[in-house]
Amino acid sequence: MPTLFLFGASEGGLFDFDATLPLMAVQVVLLTFILNALFFKPVGRVVEEREDFVNTSRAEAKKKIAEVERLETELKEQLKEARLEAQKVILEAEQDSENLYKEALALATSEANASREKARREIDSQRDKALNQLKSEAENLGDLIVERLLANK
Amino acid sequence: MGFLPFVFPLAELEVGQHLYWQIGNFRIHGQVFMTSWLLIGALLALVVIGTKKMERDPKGVQNLLEFLWDYIRDLARTQIGEKVYRDWMPFIGTLFLFIFVSNWGGALVPWKLIELPSGELGAPTADINTTVALALLVSLSYFYAGLSNKGLRYFEYYVHPTPIMLPFKIVEDFTKPLSLSFRLFGNILADELVVAVLVFLVPLVLPVPVMFLGLFTSAIQALIFATLAAYYIGEAVEEHH
Repeated sequence: MPTLFLFGASEGGLFDFDATLPLMAVQVVLLTFILNALFFKPVGRVVEEREDFVNTSRAEAKKKIAEVERLETELKEQLKEARLEAQKVILEAEQDSENLYKEALALATSEANASREKARREIDSQRDKALNQLKSEAENLGDLIVERLLANK
Repeated sequence: MGFLPFVFPLAELEVGQHLYWQIGNFRIHGQVFMTSWLLIGALLALVVIGTKKMERDPKGVQNLLEFLWDYIRDLARTQIGEKVYRDWMPFIGTLFLFIFVSNWGGALVPWKLIELPSGELGAPTADINTTVALALLVSLSYFYAGLSNKGLRYFEYYVHPTPIMLPFKIVEDFTKPLSLSFRLFGNILADELVVAVLVFLVPLVLPVPVMFLGLFTSAIQALIFATLAAYYIGEAVEEHH
């Protein structure tokens, strides 16, 4: 008796099919439409908008990073050029100062030489003059002595 | 009045008893609809609360709903394929949510507190009518998916690698809804029976791990049903050359 009952011959049982089946199917189909309108569509819209937002933001960020990297290399290039330029300027300045130093040295040396020469010549001429004077005086003195001697006679 | 070998107080189990509602010439199982309406109401309430004020930075229930949405999308997309999964996602998702809510609702809500004149409240999926209805909907939808996507070329599927497959594929059309419905029905009913029998035999502690196991199987069954439904639809719309 229970076996019969369980496998549902007339009334009840586990396998008792009736209008529950089609009604449940209709209910689930209705639920599908309701959930589509209330759940799947709105949530999908929000999730996909966010996905778009994240994707575009990421693309923008990537673009910005590329831009920054480009600028960085450009600046590095500029920095290198500037450094090279600076080195060149320093080198030129050093050379200039060396040249100036050499010129000044040469000028000073030549001036010193010239003034030494002049001084020597002056000394020479004065010595000569003095010698000549001495000589003439000696001669005069000699003449005088001779005259005197001759006069005394 | 009872469940076969145990005749004594296990009559409480009331397997195979229903609360009949008469509508015109038709009779329906009232307890199935009562629980399913309550659970669908809870599900819809959750959905309405969660989608009331949606923001780009999700808060509270919106997080849960988005997680579910994402989970269902992944399920539908992997099984059905990139091209048409959008059309079928609401159906797959509704199957998953309805079965999940039914299974867990049947296991977690203390329905026993409500006395019915006949039968007892429980998971709607523990009634064969519900599971067969769901399985037939799946059958209809994979036929519809195949025919609407490929027209009559859908029937190439029956002779696909070789015409020898024809009888097997025809049999498959019958075994698919059969296995879908009986797997779900059997698991949920068996879970309820095991818990009830254990509660009767050892009313303390011992049924608790079995209840947790039941929750686990319930969730798995919902996932299996939705995944197989999506797989059948995917199989029907798949282009093979």
